[in-house]
Amino acid sequence: MASNMYHKEKSIQMKSSASALYNNLSVLRIAPRSLTYFTVVHANMVNMVSASWDGLNYSHRQLQSKEANVATSSSLIMQAAWCVLPSRDILVLTSQKGIQMYESDGSIMVYWHALDTPETQTAQAVFARGIAAVREKYICVGISSGSMLVFDVPIKGSNITLSEVLEEHKESITDLASECSGSLECIADMVSADDSGNLCVWKSGEDFQLLNKIPGFDMSCSSVKLWKGTVVAGYGTGQIRLYEAVTGIVHAEVNAHARWIYSLDIAPFSGLLLSAAEDSLVRVWHLTMTPETNSVEIVHMYNECVTDTQICGAKFCDGDGYAFAVTGYDLSEIIRYTQV
Amino acid sequence: MSMRTLPLVFINLGGEMLYILDQRLQTQNTADDNTQKGVWSDDDRKRVMNDIIATMFSKAFMEELLKPQDLYSNRALRTVLTRLAHASIMRLNPASMDRLYELMVMAFKYQLLLCPRPRDLLIISYNHIDAIREFVRDTPSVLNQVDETHRKIIEVYTPLSDGEFQLLRQTLLIFLQDMHVRVSLFLKDKVQNPNGRFALSTTGPVPHGTEVPGLIRMFSGNGKEWKRWEFPTGGSYTSSIRVGSFERFGDRVSRIGTNMYSVTQPEETHTSKNYSQKANSEPNPLAKEELNLLARLLGGMKVQNRNTETGFRVNLFATDQEEEEAGASGANGDQSFQVINIQATQDVQVNTELARIAGEFTGEPEQTESPEGPSNKGDDLLAMMDEL
Repeated sequence: MASNMYHKEKSIQMKSSASALYNNLSVLRIAPRSLTYFTVVHANMVNMVSASWDGLNYSHRQLQSKEANVATSSSLIMQAAWCVLPSRDILVLTSQKGIQMYESDGSIMVYWHALDTPETQTAQAVFARGIAAVREKYICVGISSGSMLVFDVPIKGSNITLSEVLEEHKESITDLASECSGSLECIADMVSADDSGNLCVWKSGEDFQLLNKIPGFDMSCSSVKLWKGTVVAGYGTGQIRLYEAVTGIVHAEVNAHARWIYSLDIAPFSGLLLSAAEDSLVRVWHLTMTPETNSVEIVHMYNECVTDTQICGAKFCDGDGYAFAVTGYDLSEIIRYTQV
Repeated sequence: MSMRTLPLVFINLGGEMLYILDQRLQTQNTADDNTQKGVWSDDDRKRVMNDIIATMFSKAFMEELLKPQDLYSNRALRTVLTRLAHASIMRLNPASMDRLYELMVMAFKYQLLLCPRPRDLLIISYNHIDAIREFVRDTPSVLNQVDETHRKIIEVYTPLSDGEFQLLRQTLLIFLQDMHVRVSLFLKDKVQNPNGRFALSTTGPVPHGTEVPGLIRMFSGNGKEWKRWEFPTGGSYTSSIRVGSFERFGDRVSRIGTNMYSVTQPEETHTSKNYSQKANSEPNPLAKEELNLLARLLGGMKVQNRNTETGFRVNLFATDQEEEEAGASGANGDQSFQVINIQATQDVQVNTELARIAGEFTGEPEQTESPEGPSNKGDDLLAMMDEL
């Protein structure tokens, strides 16, 4: 392990602290403008910071969850994530009340989908969680019931429509991920995870097709990624598992963290994997595919301990994994690290 | 988010409140000051504890809490907890209630953060219930209520999945976000840093169900392990210890949620705020819906009519002189440890009290109680134990 692989950079200050939610950091790199956007959820609000690459300019925006002020019905936001589509980038917010979609810089809301709330209060919480852009034109969002909504997104404009509802999971959706290698050869386009650790592997299209169901072991899978046909799943037990998406074959099992994993990310060009958990640790791993033997190898590269912090978000800032950013519960800063 | 937070919130926050009150009220007995007019006897203390516990664990109250619903707003929770604290003859003024609330909340926040697995929030709750049971062991009727409630909690919460418990925990953590009040007991034990944040350890046993980090295992297509190796973890973990009992009785194993306060350490209930932090503001008044919920909840609590009794005014945390000094320096944003005094006074006008709480429902700013005249301050003065 290279103990000096990364070093800490100057943190970015936010207007408010990060909430303890899975995958609570989203990063969007805008190369033409030499900017990176960061979004972090705080209760019923999203902090959006845009940082110029020269480190000189920062601007802040805060987005409210819709219907946050109706009576006392708080609408807590569960997740905020960028969906990168060929012609546009959409910022998606999922909350207790519904799904909000914004254009690029968060200035215009282009779509609102209200969740069905039951007439009488049930013990089952209602919320949306799990966001992924799939192939060229879809945005998928998970629901607490286990359903998943597939939205069809046009090249421009607000004519976003609900294309399909996928009913496969029986437990609350925790995270969604689309194939991020950029390769068109991969059969599987998306993986969905739920609170019992069940994983579903999908092929996108007019009608999404379920390719495989990988059973869980009664432990929540809080974060999931899909890269070169390999599912990388992080669990509440602190374990990371690598599966072959289409067959469900287990490639590897890592006793990675001592507490609940909150975030996973992959740098698609280099195969670096980032994992972060409530145990205050961020770990960097390297994945190597060996097509001949159809195996995936995972090697540990680096550890970073964010003292006294339960980490809730960790993302690479670029496709090579040259830099990554971290958020923690109750922290009002986005901590950044870059390779030495 | 989670619809099941309230019962656990009240058991744990209420439990912490009882620990603090119990310690503070016992401290009164050991006062050396001979100018005390009245004596806060053991019986009086037990009476206060019994009254609060009886109200908290009353069938009506618990039934209301157990209904699936969103977590109350900060303001609503404060209101109900204040009413609970006043379920007996003891009265606390708003400033005192503030400090008591801070202590309760910071303790609960600490417990939530340290909770090894989300499900262990139940162990923490049961530790509180076990202690509460001890407080009322001589009062069979109240003890019975506590037992009944415990049974109900076990019934409701045992079937929840780990994911649902984590959602519950996340909901509570959002509620407690940005609270960094420093508590001298925590600072002394080094579980809290001077900046108000809790120290999280990277050593010790892993939670039950988690493996000690460090192992990577590779599998071939047929499921056989073909390679394993270790990686450096940067922490120092050991195997998990046995699981505590989730039944009504039994060894809970974990000490989280047990009584941190003891009679011999009265100074540990000092709190100090970082005054530069912005206050938690809630501009929106309670909505009609929440108001109705609260009314039902409070309606289930028996109102103690104390009009005819002589007052029991308790200085929970400091002498009057120290209080005046503290009051003077408080406004200066002094960040050194101050003696934060909880002044408990008799409230002869229960109706005024209720009216004040009712005023909070409509979103009016909290009215401070009318200042005590000098003559009142001299009466029933019970000395404080705190040294500083």
